Amino acid sequence: MSAVSSRAGRSVALLAPLLLFLIGFFVWPLLSMMSQAVSDQAVLRLLPRSAVVLTDWDRKSPPTVPMQMALMEDLKAVDDDQALGDMVRRLNSARSGFRTLMSKTTRALDDTANPPANLVSIDKRWEKPEFWLAIADALSPLTDRNLLAAVDLGRNSTGDIEHLPADQSVNRVILVRTFWIAALVTFACAVIGFPYAMIAASLTGWKRDLMLAAVLLPLWTSLLVRTAAWFILLQEKGLINDLLQTLGLINAPLPLIFNRTGVVIAMTHVLLPFMVLPIYSVLITIPKNLMPAAASLGAPPWRAFLRVLLPLSLRGLASGSLLVFISAIGYYITPALIGGPGDQMISSIIAFYAMGSANWGMAGALGVVLLVATLLLYSVYARLSTGEPGRR
Amino acid sequence: MLFQMTHPSPLAMESSVAEFIQFDRITKFYGPLCVVENLVLGIGQGEFVSLLGPSGSGKTTLLMMLAGFEQPTSGNILLDGTAINDVPTHKRDMGVVFQSYALFPHMSVGENVAFPLQMRGLGKAEIVERVARALDMVQLSAFADRRPSQLSGGQQQRVALSRALVFEPRVVLMDEPLGALDKQLREQMQFDIRDLHRRLGLTIVFVTHDQSEALTMSDRVAVFNRGKIEQIGTPRQVYDEPATRFVAEFIGETNLVEGVVEAVQGQEAIVRLPSGAHIVSAGSGSLVSGQSVFLSIRPERVDLSETRGDARNCLETEVTDSVYQGDHLRVQLQNAAHPLIAKLGRRSREFPPGTKVYAAFSANDCRVIAP
Repeated sequence: MSAVSSRAGRSVALLAPLLLFLIGFFVWPLLSMMSQAVSDQAVLRLLPRSAVVLTDWDRKSPPTVPMQMALMEDLKAVDDDQALGDMVRRLNSARSGFRTLMSKTTRALDDTANPPANLVSIDKRWEKPEFWLAIADALSPLTDRNLLAAVDLGRNSTGDIEHLPADQSVNRVILVRTFWIAALVTFACAVIGFPYAMIAASLTGWKRDLMLAAVLLPLWTSLLVRTAAWFILLQEKGLINDLLQTLGLINAPLPLIFNRTGVVIAMTHVLLPFMVLPIYSVLITIPKNLMPAAASLGAPPWRAFLRVLLPLSLRGLASGSLLVFISAIGYYITPALIGGPGDQMISSIIAFYAMGSANWGMAGALGVVLLVATLLLYSVYARLSTGEPGRR
Repeated sequence: MLFQMTHPSPLAMESSVAEFIQFDRITKFYGPLCVVENLVLGIGQGEFVSLLGPSGSGKTTLLMMLAGFEQPTSGNILLDGTAINDVPTHKRDMGVVFQSYALFPHMSVGENVAFPLQMRGLGKAEIVERVARALDMVQLSAFADRRPSQLSGGQQQRVALSRALVFEPRVVLMDEPLGALDKQLREQMQFDIRDLHRRLGLTIVFVTHDQSEALTMSDRVAVFNRGKIEQIGTPRQVYDEPATRFVAEFIGETNLVEGVVEAVQGQEAIVRLPSGAHIVSAGSGSLVSGQSVFLSIRPERVDLSETRGDARNCLETEVTDSVYQGDHLRVQLQNAAHPLIAKLGRRSREFPPGTKVYAAFSANDCRVIAP
């Protein structure tokens, strides 16, 4: 018994570094990013006393004296003008009129010579439950505001979900663009990668090794270096345009950089190994005599391919496509260097929120959207691959 | 006739057979390696021909060239009088049964059998009907919806067989189709394939390295060695009248005894053994006096007795060992100059070691083989 438990203890101890690493560098950052997306402390931080008192309020009756006293205390204690501005903006978006009401109230509270008795004496509007309701809602530490904004949605004053005005709606366009570029890259990888894997799998010896090395070599090179290399190749006076012009195939340089074409070319090259390797690994497990068998049964080469080789390698194609697509939707450096302003993907926006404007809530929310999309795709893939019969 | 059969030249043999498939001076190189050398072989319609030989003897390569998977380096393959070298596999109309079955794992048994019919663009109703008939033929109707991986090896091989036959190919090629099955199943399948061959009048080219399989199943056996056909003939011919030392040793068990031709008398030769004994043997062919040759004496043709009988050949020997093997008694003998093995029927009496016996056999029970 003790031997068993000590053995179990030892295996846990051996696993501990891995588990701690995973928790520290994967689970915890992921959870904190997700919690950033839904947490909203802007109002709660400034109005701690009101938060306590408002929990007892029935959300319908006119404000009680303790409620008014608590809010007055809270507002007097605020010394961070920027935080106050954030809170007012937040409340005003939930209930219009809050901006004027707040500035009037804070001005009255600052008047130490003639302190107001209560809030209603400053402005009659403090009698209305609606304004208190807005505060009560804003005090909740959780919000779906960022998540909704990530897909260009917001709540209006009555709390219904609606589209944000067009001038604030940019995320959805970029999300669609991200998925579209990822789909283009996945398609290009499949079209190039499948025949490549087929040829590699049909060869033997050094020829096969050479083809696999050619795929693996880019994987061992830094992403930045590869992107920079494409930068050199694709530019107007780059190798490709120079060569095509020298050969007389084109008169003017092709626009290959700072546009969608360049982004797709560079990303396809970078992600190709993730397509080739899964397909290759499936292809080499397919018995070599199936294609000759199909031919002997009367199947011309292309029909044998469609009926035998393709269905059998679909699993590799699916996992390759999934890998490429998931990697592609998170791409940041390549579109930033090779793409134009119309080719920026969602990661650039996340980076902007996280580093440019320190809006961790929005960065987290967009991250969550990306994560959900990935998980959805994966679950579809898992369903497809297990639902297929005849697999061992 | 017997005289001719003793030293068959492949060309001479072929002229007597209606040639449905003809290999005309086929040579195949893999790089510098010659796997089939200037090979000539004719196969008649409805014939069951086995290509028998050790691995690497070129028999499978020949089959692959017939199927169209490989191209001969030189020479022509004719089917029904037409060269098919340039006809791609899928237009050759040959059913191939592979050693590893080569069933499509992502299709059900029924879909596998329907595949060649779909490739030929047959109507749905006809496909259903013919698939049902083909599966019924191999007693697998109940398994039509199963995956190949859910079947046993023998069942898979029967599916492969019915898939290769369902489109009524002109020729059925089998590449060691029974190699992966256990002994009992193999014998059952041998019987089934023979039965199908007879019932459907199929032309079958069957590759095997198992000599008993080749003898059991075929109309004719072609014995391969190093890219060449050593001998082709009926099972009885290749067994009883081996043309070369390789054939004698590869098919069945035999006693090979060196000797020198003393005289040739008609269709018989007199061979002097190193011990000084003289043996009268059939198969004189192109032998000349003074030529050193081998004698092949099948062990089961040797009779043992303690008295010198009236057999034409009789050797004085001593029993060195005697083993009871169920269906026969195997007796090891030592002559003055060479060992000899005799297989006796199970009704034979025991021969304890040390017994002096006479080993007797007729002139027709041994063959002279020029080395």
